[in-house]
Parts: sequence; structure tokens; C-alpha cells
Amino acid sequence: MALLTLMAFAFYLGRRRSLTVVGGRSGVKNLHSLPAYYGFYTALWAGLPALLVAGLWLSFEGSIITTLVVDGLPAEMRDTDPGRLGLLVNDIKNLASGNIVSAHVDETMQRAADHLNELRSVGRMALGVVVLSIALAAGALAWRAIGPKMRARNRVEFIVNGLLIASSLIAILTTVGIVLSVLFESFRFFHKIPLTDFLFGLEWSPQIALRADQVGASGAFGAVPLFAGTLLVSFIALLVAVPIGLMSAIYLADYAGPKLRSYAKPVLEVLAGVPTVVYGFFAALTLAPAIRNLGESVGLVVSSESALAAGLVMGVMIIPFVSSLSDDVINAVPQSLRDASYALGATRSETIRRVVLPAALPGIMGGVLLAASRAIGETMIVVMAAGLSANLTANPLESVTTVTVQIVTLLVGDQEFDSAKTLAAFALGLLLFVVTLGLNIVALHIVRKYREQYE
Amino acid sequence: MSEPDKSTARTIDIVEASLKRRYARERRFKLMGLGAVLLGLLFVTLLFFDIVSKGYTAFVQTHIALEVYFDPAVIDPDGKRDMAEIARADFRKIAREPLAKLFPEVTSRGDKRALYSMLSSGAPYQLSKMVMKEPGLIGTRQVVDLVADDDVDMVVKGNIDRNAPAADRRVNDQMIGWISKLEADGVVKKKFNTRFFTNGDSREPELAGIGGAAAGSFYTLLVTLLLSFPIGVAAAVYLEEFAPKNRWTDLIEVNINNLAAVPSIVFGLLGLAMFINLFGLPRSAPLVGGLVLTLMTLPTIIIAARASLKSVPPSIREAALGVGASKMQTVFHHVLPLAMPGMLTGTIIGMAQALGETAPLLMIGMVAFIVDIPGGPLDPSTVLPVQVYLWADSPERAFVERTSAAILVLLAFLIAMNTFAVIMRRRFERRW
Repeated sequence: MALLTLMAFAFYLGRRRSLTVVGGRSGVKNLHSLPAYYGFYTALWAGLPALLVAGLWLSFEGSIITTLVVDGLPAEMRDTDPGRLGLLVNDIKNLASGNIVSAHVDETMQRAADHLNELRSVGRMALGVVVLSIALAAGALAWRAIGPKMRARNRVEFIVNGLLIASSLIAILTTVGIVLSVLFESFRFFHKIPLTDFLFGLEWSPQIALRADQVGASGAFGAVPLFAGTLLVSFIALLVAVPIGLMSAIYLADYAGPKLRSYAKPVLEVLAGVPTVVYGFFAALTLAPAIRNLGESVGLVVSSESALAAGLVMGVMIIPFVSSLSDDVINAVPQSLRDASYALGATRSETIRRVVLPAALPGIMGGVLLAASRAIGETMIVVMAAGLSANLTANPLESVTTVTVQIVTLLVGDQEFDSAKTLAAFALGLLLFVVTLGLNIVALHIVRKYREQYE
Repeated sequence: MSEPDKSTARTIDIVEASLKRRYARERRFKLMGLGAVLLGLLFVTLLFFDIVSKGYTAFVQTHIALEVYFDPAVIDPDGKRDMAEIARADFRKIAREPLAKLFPEVTSRGDKRALYSMLSSGAPYQLSKMVMKEPGLIGTRQVVDLVADDDVDMVVKGNIDRNAPAADRRVNDQMIGWISKLEADGVVKKKFNTRFFTNGDSREPELAGIGGAAAGSFYTLLVTLLLSFPIGVAAAVYLEEFAPKNRWTDLIEVNINNLAAVPSIVFGLLGLAMFINLFGLPRSAPLVGGLVLTLMTLPTIIIAARASLKSVPPSIREAALGVGASKMQTVFHHVLPLAMPGMLTGTIIGMAQALGETAPLLMIGMVAFIVDIPGGPLDPSTVLPVQVYLWADSPERAFVERTSAAILVLLAFLIAMNTFAVIMRRRFERRW
């Protein structure tokens, strides 16, 4: 906040100095750039270096202070294992900020907490002083450098250009960040569990026992049941979404009058805008009981968390996705092809089935692949409506679990980053990322190639 | 071949003979298309009807109007009007007393407990708050609308069937008898449920509200907006106006398109591993949620912003360059203002997406049960969709209507945002 006012002040000073060095308003023509650019120049110098320092400080402050506090602890407390130490540090932090503490408070802890608070306030003050002095110094330097010959506009534009490039690099950084963070934890996981066990194992029960003699102590990480469940749910979803989406796209494009189209299209798009929790709620509380009652009335045993309910609702969710993609693709088929077909005496449906659809097929396939990748990555519906038990089954009436459900259940709640249970979630995340990325790349490639064909 | 006349006649015949079948097929195909559209529309109406019909009752809450005696002997035995002393007083007793008076026949301990459970556990706080606000009430008799328990609420609203066999319902016959008597006395009132909008989460359905989640959503979206809009616009400006066409910019482009299709839960993993583990930011904080959602919405905003930059005709740029503006001046003074409405529309749509997003926020710990309303982006909090998720898991029947009501509020926000985007697009859209 103080930095912002300082920057505004620097802008004003820089602008004024640029005017005074050339002798007031009448001398503006002697300046290289407009006065405002000198102001921006000074403001940027006052702001950016200080901001950089502040950012660096804040990102490392926590770890530095923690190390200092731990060093300040008596030796016998420091020599416990890292897990206990982490717990202790947490307690001290809670104590320092006045929260409830899990362990009982003794004098050393109280002292450590005071120490922590002291370090924090010193750190904050030092930060404030350092940042402000850097801002002042850099701003003053820039201010002194202002002269009629200085190419302020070019320099400002250079900095702005740098900022623009940095912003566009964030997309790359995000991808790199995803890959790195997921890959890193996955490696640790595969260190404990061999890759082949994970990919081809038939049993999934990620509970790690606390004591070695407990039942199920090993924990099994065979992900095949998860893949099967994911595929089953996605398959049901596509079974719903593809016919309905495709047919409604065809109908709206070729048959419907303008009035129906102008109403029906936005209403169908609404389905895409509804948050996925809402679908999950609908699937879990309305559809699943309905399906179970229906199944029981014809004498079928239906699990209350059946794959069918989750799949159906997920299918409804991706209807607009399929229909808008197919709409694009169908419209991209040149009118001349249709005209030729009509001229031969074909009916409309024959034209669509024999001419338009085969021509649009690659594009539609691409759209279906995109929809599949969306279905595989969808989380909330399956978390709420599909089950947790990893059944290896193809029966849509039974409860199955999916990759995303397991990621959520493994990571919600307490996490310890050295147990295979938590790390397994990252391995699953890596798998999910790779599969969806592959599907997307293939699908976008098909769609793009197909478009070029008719352009 | 030998009889050409006959063969041509046969082609016509074949065609005419098949026409009926072909037309029938045509009609079938058309009906199938219509059926698909109608099915889609049916799903929309079913979804909305289901949620509205479950949720609209949550906007009123059952109260029991009782004549409460603010007994000075209980509230302030010393008569010193010491606020701290009064806050500790046993308001439960005060809230229960009029109920016991209404049903003098109830004497056994168990029955009494059942009777008192008709009032919400929030009712004493309600009285305590009244007295804290106005100490003059002590010693007077007032008719106060006390919040009823969620079971009573459900029976009064008809969500629990009174005529169902006793084994099938949560509420026993005795309680239903009491409720009927209260209703006959005319003291059962349904009032607009302001608590639902102002309270934080609670284990008691009748006290639970979306206030905390809404505040959390607000801070999260604020962080997202403040970060994603400038960064998204800057990235779009660079890619569209300045970037040379080479392999690097191609890579960035492909990257952005792919990021738009990465499952949201993967972003949650990123947030957990990076922001929380590596940088040590606090868990459950809207700040972290905002950062994750920023990364998620950036592709949407960048794609929309690029499209709207593209729609600004080159003549504008050429005119500016022609009068001596630098490339940067051209873009920032002329192109950007013209493209702004389109960018804002894209941003609003991105924000609407972010508002409805749940899965990545589960990863970074925004699922905690948090009663307090967050006061800033660093306080632990949940957001609206996560609140929906949490409530949907609760077994109480009363939470079903609250979940639906929370969904209605969420959908109302989303519809408002999208409508605003559409209106903006209509108003500012320019054809060049």
C-alpha cells in the first residue's frame, strides 16, 4: 500500500522533473518523450525492484523463521524425529497466534512461541524498512537520470514488453508446474510401489495400517479397478451424450425453425453452465434412489451408488459439449455437398446420413474424444454419486469407483507426504493428466486437420 | 436391354415404390432429432424443477412464538446488570420454561427432554442476544419467535409425513401430537429465514447458513479476478499484437489450448503441491483457492481476449501508426479500449466458471467445517459449491432443502453473471 502511494508520488516527481529540465511547458518539444513517460519511468523504478525483494522475502520468510525457532529450542527437543518436530513447530505456531494448542504448554514452548512472535515482528519491520529504502533509492536514481535526451518512452516500453512476455509465460509455467509437482510426488510413490503393480494390479485398498500386525497392513495399489470404473462411467455418459447431442445438433442445424433454434440452443447451453456439484447433488439424491426403486420393482439388485446414475447425469452434463462441437463440424461441411445430394433427389435425412455425416465424421470423432476426456476428468458427479469401493465389474448397477474419486478421498483430510497413500493420489493425477492430455491433443489434431480439408 | 421402355418405367416404379418408405424414414429421422432436443430440454426442466421444489421451502423457517419471562433471578441474580455476567446466564432455562408451561402434563425426565428438543439449540442464544442488546428486557414478559428444531420444521413444512408409520419417520407420535397442539394454538409461525443468508455453517440445520460460504466465495473470486484479468489481458495482448510468429509462441498457444481442457482436479493437485507444500501458504484460505482458480480461468480469459483483439480492424492500428504512435501506444491507447468490452465479457464468463468450481478447492482444504464468517482472504473458509457438497453429505432431512436452497442461490449468481455478460455483449458489440 505504501509502495503504491510511493509509486504515484514518483510518477508525479518524474513528470515534474522532466518538465523543469527543459524549462516548463513551452520546452516540451525538446524532450525525447512525453512527460508522462518520465513519470512512468521513475514510478517503475521505484516500484519494481522493491516489489521483487518483497516477493522473495515473503516466500522464504516462513522457512527461515521456522529454522531459527527450531535452532532456538533446547537440544533434547530438537533431536526427535522430523514428524514429531513438525508437530511441535505447529504447536508453537498455534501458540504464537493464540490458537488452541494440542499438546500441553510448557515453559520452553512458551518461550519458543514468544521467540517466534518476536522474529516475526522484527522480520516485518526489517522488510518494511528494506523495501521502502530500495524503492526510494531506485526511484531517486531514476529521477536523477532524467534529462531531455533520455529515451524514457523506449525504456518504459521495454519494461512493459517484458511484463507482457512474463504474463504469457505463465501458461507455460502452469503446465511445467503441473507436470513437475505431479511427477515429483509420483516418483516418490513409484519408489515405494513398483510401476507394474500400480498399472496392472487388480486390487485397490489404499489403507496403510499404523502397526505392522494390523489386518491389511500392506495396502494394495493396483489401479485396474479404478480404470475399469472410470471407463464404465464415461462409457455410460457417452452413450447418453453422443446420440442426444449429435441428433439435437442435426435437428437444430437442419430442421428446426429459427424460433425454436433461438430458444432451444441457449436452454441447452444452460446445461453446460450448471456447476458440477449441482449435477452431483441431483444424481445422488434424486436419480440414484429413483433408479434403485425402479430396479427393485423389476427385481434387480441395484446399489444405491450405482455407476448408472453417475454415468447418466454425467452424460446430461456433456450433451451441450457434444452438440456444440458437432454443430461446428456439421456447419463446416460445404453447402455444395448438400446441394449436390439434393439435386440427385435425396431426402434431407438421406443427405444428412449419407453425405453430411460421413464428411463430418472425423470432426465428430474429435468432438467425442474431447467429450470423453471431459468425462474421464469429471470429479464432483462421481464423488457424490459413485461409490468408494473398488469393484472390478462391468455391471452398471453396481457401485464402482473412479480415478478422480480416489484422488479426492485420498487427499481430503489429513495428508502425510511420506505415506504411499497420499502419494498414490499424485500418481493417479499424473495418469489422469497424461491420458486427458493425450486425448485432447489427438482430438484437437483431428478437428483441425478436418477443418483444413474444407477451407 | 431388349426392351428399353420397360426398364425406364421400372426405375420410376422403383423410386415411387420406395418413396413411401423413404418418406417414412425421413419422418422418423426428423422425430428422432426432435426427440433429442426435447429430451435435452426435459433434462433442463427436470433438473431445475427438482432443485426448486426441494429448495424453496428453506427460505422460510418455522418459529414458535412463546411468551418468555426474562426472569431476573436467572439472568442477573446480583442485579448489577454486568454484561459479562449476563452473557453467562442460563438462557436455556428461560427458553424452556414457557414450553413447559404450555404442556403441564409432561413431567417425566425423558419426555421433558423430548419436549425441549423442539426448540433449536440456537434459541437460548437468540434470547441472550436480545438481552445483550436491550438490558431493559430483564424482568419483563415478551412474546418471542423462537427458532424451532429442524425436525419440527420438517413436520410443519410437510417434508416428514405425519401419517406415515411411526417406524418410518424420524419424529415420534408424541412430538407430532405436541406440534399439532402448538399449531392449533396458532403459535407456530413461518418467517423469512434471514439466518440462512447471514449465518456460517452449523451442525444444526436450522442454524446453518450460507453467509460464511458466500463470503469465502467472494474473497476467492476477488483474488481470482485481481490476478487473472490483468495477467490474461497482458498475455493476450502480447500473443496477439507483439509476439513474433515462431516456435515459442506456437508452443505457448498450444499450451493454452491444452490447459483449457485439463481436468480441474489436476489444478487442485498443483495447488496442493506448489502453493501449500512448497510455498507454505495457509490451507483452506481463499488466497490459495484464488490462485488455483486463476490458473484455471486464465486460458478462458486469454482465448476470449484474443478473439476480441482480433475483431478490432487493422485500419485502427494503421491509422494510429500513421499519425506517429509507437506500437505500444497504438495497442494501449486505441486497440485495447476497443477490445475491452469483449475482454470483460470473457472475464465474467470465466468468473462464473470459477464460482461453480469445486474439485480443485477440495484438494487445497477448503472443505473444512468452518463456522466463522471469514474476514479476509487469509482466513480459513469454504465457498458456495463446496458448502453444497458438504451439506449434500449430511444425513438430516432438513439439510436436503438447505442444500437445494444453497444451489438456488449459487445458480442465481451464475445466471446473473451470465445475463450480465450477454447484455454487455449485445450492447457493446460492434460490427466493423
